[in-house]
Amino acid sequence: MSNREKTDAAVRPDRPLAELWHMFFANKAAVLGLVLWLLVITTAVFGLTIHPGDPFAMVGAPMTPPGEEFLLGTDYLGRDVLTGIIHGASVTLAIGFSATVCTAIIGVTIGVLAGYYGRWVDNLLMRVTEFFQVLPPMLFVMVLISLFTPSIYLIVLAIAVVSWTGMARLARAEFLKIKEMEYVKAERAMGARNASIMAKVILPNALPPLIVAIALNVGTAILFEAALSFLGLGDPNAFSWGYMIGSSREYIWDSWWTITFPGFAIFLTVLGVSLVGDGLNDALNPKLREL
Amino acid sequence: MKQESLLQVKGLSVDFSTKAGNVRVLNQLDLHLLPGEALGIVGESGCGKSMTALSIMRLVPVPPGNIATGQILLNGTDVLQLTESEMEDIRGNEISMIFQEPMTSLNPVFTIGTQVSENIRRHQSKNSAQAKEKTLQMLEAVGIPAPKQRINQYPHELSGGMRQRIMIAMALSCQPSVLIADEPTTALDVTIQAQIFELLRQIQAEMGTSVILITHDMSVIAEFADRVAVMYAGRKIEEGLVRDIIDNPRHPYTQGLINCVPVLKTDPGTERVELNEIPGVVPSMAQLGTGCSFAPRCHKAIDRCYEEVPPEVTVGENHCASCWRVGEIA
Repeated sequence: MSNREKTDAAVRPDRPLAELWHMFFANKAAVLGLVLWLLVITTAVFGLTIHPGDPFAMVGAPMTPPGEEFLLGTDYLGRDVLTGIIHGASVTLAIGFSATVCTAIIGVTIGVLAGYYGRWVDNLLMRVTEFFQVLPPMLFVMVLISLFTPSIYLIVLAIAVVSWTGMARLARAEFLKIKEMEYVKAERAMGARNASIMAKVILPNALPPLIVAIALNVGTAILFEAALSFLGLGDPNAFSWGYMIGSSREYIWDSWWTITFPGFAIFLTVLGVSLVGDGLNDALNPKLREL
Repeated sequence: MKQESLLQVKGLSVDFSTKAGNVRVLNQLDLHLLPGEALGIVGESGCGKSMTALSIMRLVPVPPGNIATGQILLNGTDVLQLTESEMEDIRGNEISMIFQEPMTSLNPVFTIGTQVSENIRRHQSKNSAQAKEKTLQMLEAVGIPAPKQRINQYPHELSGGMRQRIMIAMALSCQPSVLIADEPTTALDVTIQAQIFELLRQIQAEMGTSVILITHDMSVIAEFADRVAVMYAGRKIEEGLVRDIIDNPRHPYTQGLINCVPVLKTDPGTERVELNEIPGVVPSMAQLGTGCSFAPRCHKAIDRCYEEVPPEVTVGENHCASCWRVGEIA
């Protein structure tokens, strides 16, 4: 192995993933976002083993301020706020992630088909997309949920149904652009089938903006769930952060801690999502970063 | 003696519907390709060369395109009658194509090894180890140094000439009987161009692949092809063996193309100066008149040229031309 080859390998990593991580970790804000994420995930996974308890159980005097007995105080029914926050972390994460997965599946599928096939398929799917876009999302979610019994699954699905449009338009735009590329033509001339061109040729090239959109969507989904729970439309069996804020809103002047701590939890989680999303955006689009 | 054709195009017409109406971009085209030969298709931009290639591959976008009439027989089977899925088995397997732009013809997100073996596995039932083996063999065959390292590299790490070699390796990896090369060297510099043609010639000799070479450059034809078809405005206007065409072109357009080739050693004071360009441009396909489409640019045109399309006239063995004055032009 000559010296020249060694320097080459050092300057330009041959593995694009390694390069991506390198760029991501060079970005301090993105790393902060990742730390916030890990914090929330750790809380969701290990929190209940360190601080076990039922969030619905009335364990102390109502509206006990934060102190030695209850680190973050109790709410108007005497429920421990810390237990609620720990429990809420897993509910929030579960809804944020599964809603995003559903959003991505619906949005990317529709966008891919519209962008790839074009013509009437595109026309039809884009009219459907526009139909969903013109409905006010919050109102639409509320209607969907009040039609049925609120449950975690319904909430996840409802969030996905109102938020896939952006993802679909993005995937469509990427596919419209990439399908005209010379390598797509070449691939077709080599006998590739439509499904294989979509999944193996165009999609990998369209991924960078989609990954960013998906990461940022987690934040939107979390906010949606919080807003729904705040309005009392959440799953009554799921103790989420939004529910904590909503149920205590009448007592905000008497017990600030019942609203402030869950609110802060939502803020940190969504901030983490945004920072990670922006970091990915910078790492995946080096051209933008130079500007 | 007439040899059996490997690929035969009969009376092929292709229409495109545009805002200006239906435009016929290929008009009653006849071509044939013998096993192991190199056929050149030459003409200016927009004369239907690439459209011919796309029609043979059945990659004409439909709509707006539409193959109106004709047959394309590959070993006697009309590919125009096949289903899309049967056609997918032929592309890259029986007929392969390489493109003008090696810089952008490879997928930037996969290593070249992945891309070449993907094509092998698509058409041949091979496991990944066998496909990798075959990939290495192919890269070696197209003259890629250190193929074991190269298969793990991405397209952006290779030069244009290297990428065109990879494209050739990919196109030939399933031993197609026909390789269509659409201006394979236009984007490459001249020394690389010579190397690529050397490679194509060598592969052609080893594998017996027939090649259709599409180019606008008569000197490339002279260098590489056995037979040549000259196209103008969607029609074939002259066809013959390369040496017959170059030594004795019968159509004024072919003569013009040959005279367009710059000659390094010049002999001052000859008619060369007058003939070294063809005046005007290829007419828009939407505005073709009734007669010979070359007539407006032809210095030998007579009234009849503007009124009737000239028929194909056999002017020698395997040599035909479509011109009213073919008898007078020698």
